[in-house]
Amino acid sequence: MSWYLTLPLVIPFVTAIIAFLLRNSPSGRWVSVAGSAAALVAAIALMRVVLDQGVLAGQMGQWAAPFGITLVADLLSAVMVLITAITGLAVAIYALGDIEERHEKLGYHALYQILLAGVTGAFLTGDLFNLYVWFEVMLIASFGLLVLNGDKEQIDGGVKYVALNLISTILFLTGIGLLYGMTGTLNFADLAVKVDQVENEALLTVVAMLFMVAFGVKAAVFPLFFWLPAAYHTPSFSVSAVFAGLLTKVGVYALIRMFTMIFDHDMAYTHTILLWVACFTMVTGVLGAAAQSDFRKILSFHIISQIGYMILGLALMTPLAIVGAVFYLVHHIIVKANLFLIAGIAKRLTGSTEVFQIGGLYKSNPLLAVLFLIPAFSLAGFPPLSGFWAKYIIVKATLDIEMWFVAFIALAVGLMTIYSMTKIWAEAFWKDHPDGREPALAKLPNRGVLLIPVAALAILTMVIGLMPEPFVVFAERAADQLLDPTAYINVVLGEAP
Amino acid sequence: MEQLLSVLIGVLVAASVYLMMGRNLLRFLFGLILLSNAANLTIFVAGRLTPGAPALVPEGLDAPVGDVANALPQALVLTAIVIGFGLFAFALILAVRAYRSLGTLNTDDMRVAEPKDQV
Repeated sequence: MSWYLTLPLVIPFVTAIIAFLLRNSPSGRWVSVAGSAAALVAAIALMRVVLDQGVLAGQMGQWAAPFGITLVADLLSAVMVLITAITGLAVAIYALGDIEERHEKLGYHALYQILLAGVTGAFLTGDLFNLYVWFEVMLIASFGLLVLNGDKEQIDGGVKYVALNLISTILFLTGIGLLYGMTGTLNFADLAVKVDQVENEALLTVVAMLFMVAFGVKAAVFPLFFWLPAAYHTPSFSVSAVFAGLLTKVGVYALIRMFTMIFDHDMAYTHTILLWVACFTMVTGVLGAAAQSDFRKILSFHIISQIGYMILGLALMTPLAIVGAVFYLVHHIIVKANLFLIAGIAKRLTGSTEVFQIGGLYKSNPLLAVLFLIPAFSLAGFPPLSGFWAKYIIVKATLDIEMWFVAFIALAVGLMTIYSMTKIWAEAFWKDHPDGREPALAKLPNRGVLLIPVAALAILTMVIGLMPEPFVVFAERAADQLLDPTAYINVVLGEAP
Repeated sequence: MEQLLSVLIGVLVAASVYLMMGRNLLRFLFGLILLSNAANLTIFVAGRLTPGAPALVPEGLDAPVGDVANALPQALVLTAIVIGFGLFAFALILAVRAYRSLGTLNTDDMRVAEPKDQV
C-alpha cells in the first residue's frame, strides 16, 4: 500500500546513484530519462489511488503518527508530485541536447535526480521537520546545479542564492523549534488539531510570521525575492527551467499547506499581510520584467509576478480563491518551465539571450514561434489557454468578495505581462537579426530532443486550456480537502473516518 | 537555566545580525553560522530542559521511570547540526571560489551577474 507513496521518492534516488556511477559514460543521460519516466509512472499510479480512495497516508518504519514520520498524499500533494514528474521527464529529455559532456562528468544527472527527489519529498511529507529535511535535500542539489559550470556569473549569482536561502532555512528551523515548544508535535495532522488548543495566540501568530518569511523567501514573494533574478539566468537552460518551474512552487505549496490547515487562528492578521504581499509581488514582478532586456531575466521577474497570483488566492481564503491558487500552481509550472526551455533553443539559434542582440526567429522558424506563443499567451492569460482560466478564477474570487481594487491590480498586471511578452516577441522573433543571421532550426543539432519536450508541454497547456472542466473540478476537490482537513487528519492519525 | 540560554540566544542573534550586515562575504558566513547555532539552541530550549534525567529505560522495564528529558528536540538539533554542517561546508567553498574567480569578498563589488549600468 505505502509503495504508492514511497516509489515516487525511491525511484529518483536510485536513478541518482546509477547516474552517478555512470557519469563518465554516455549511458548516464539515458538512465536519467528512464528514471524520470519511471517516476512519472509511479506518480500517475499515486494519483489514481488518491483519486479513487481519498487521502493516502503511510507511516514510515511502522511508527504510528504523530511519533513517526508520515508520508501523506492528498489531492494537492498528488497533483504536485505528478506535475513534478512531468516537468522532470520533459527537462530530462531536453537535457540530452542541452547539457555538455563536461557537466555530465561532474554529476549533472545525479544532482538533477536528487533535486527531483527533494521536491517530491517536500510535497509528500506529512511532518514539519521532515519538510525541512526535504528542503535541504532540494537546496544542496540546487546549489550544485547552479554553479556547475563555475564561471564568474554563476559564482556571483550562486553567492546570493546560497546566502538568502540559508537565512530562510534558519528561520524555518527556528519556527519549527518554537512551534514544537508550544504544541509538542510536528505532524501536520496533529498540529492542525493541537494548534487550536494553544492558549497564547499572539505567540502563535509570531511563529506563523516566522514561517511566512521563511517560505516567502523560498517562494520569492515581495520583498524577499532578490535572490531569484540574481541567479536564475546564470545556469544551463535545463537547470533554470526546472528551477523556474518547481523550486519557488515548493515554497508556495508550503505556504498553502501551512496557512490553510494549521495557521488559520488569526486570519484577519496573517491573511491580510498575505494579501498585501500578493499585490506588491504581482506589481513589482511585472514592473521588474518590463525593465529587463534579457530573455531569461524577463521570465525570472515574471515568475515573481505570477507567484503573486497564487499567494492572492491563498490570502483571500474563500473556497473559490483556493481553487484558483491550486489551478494556477499547476498551470504555471508547465508554462514557466516551457518558456525557459524555449529561451534555450532561441539562444542556440541566435547566439544570445539579450533580446536586442537577437532576432529573426519568426521568419525562419515559424514552428518555434508558435511554440513560444502558446505558453507566452497562456502566461499573460489569453483565452482559451490555461492561464486564462487560472486568472479568471482568481479574479472572479476577488470580485465575489467585492475587492475591486485587488481585482483591478490582478487585471492590470495581466496587461503588463502581455507588454513584456510582446517585447520578447517583437525583438527576438519579429525583427531581423541585427547581424543579418538567419537562424535556422533545421540546422540545429539535437533539435529533436530539444523540441519534443517543448511541444509536449505546449500541448499540455492547450489541453488544460481547451478542456478546463476536469481540472477545475479536480482543483475544487483539492481545495475542499485543504479547507476541511478532517479526512486528512483522520487518515493520518488512524481514527475511523 | 532557560532564562540564561534565552539571553545567550539573543546575544548570538545580535552578534550574527551585526556580522551579516558587513560587506565581507566571510563575515556574512560567520554570522550565518552563529545564527544557525542560535536556532539549534532555540529548538533545544523550546523542547523544555530536564537536567540530570537522561531518557534511559531501566533494565527489565518497557518505559523510563519518572520524568526524563525529551529526546526528540535533541534528535532534531542533531539532524539540524549535520545538515547545517554540509550546507556551510558548501558555502565556504563557494566563498573561496568567489574570491578566486571574482577577486573580491566585498559583496558590493559582486555585480557580474547583475544588469549592466546603462548610461
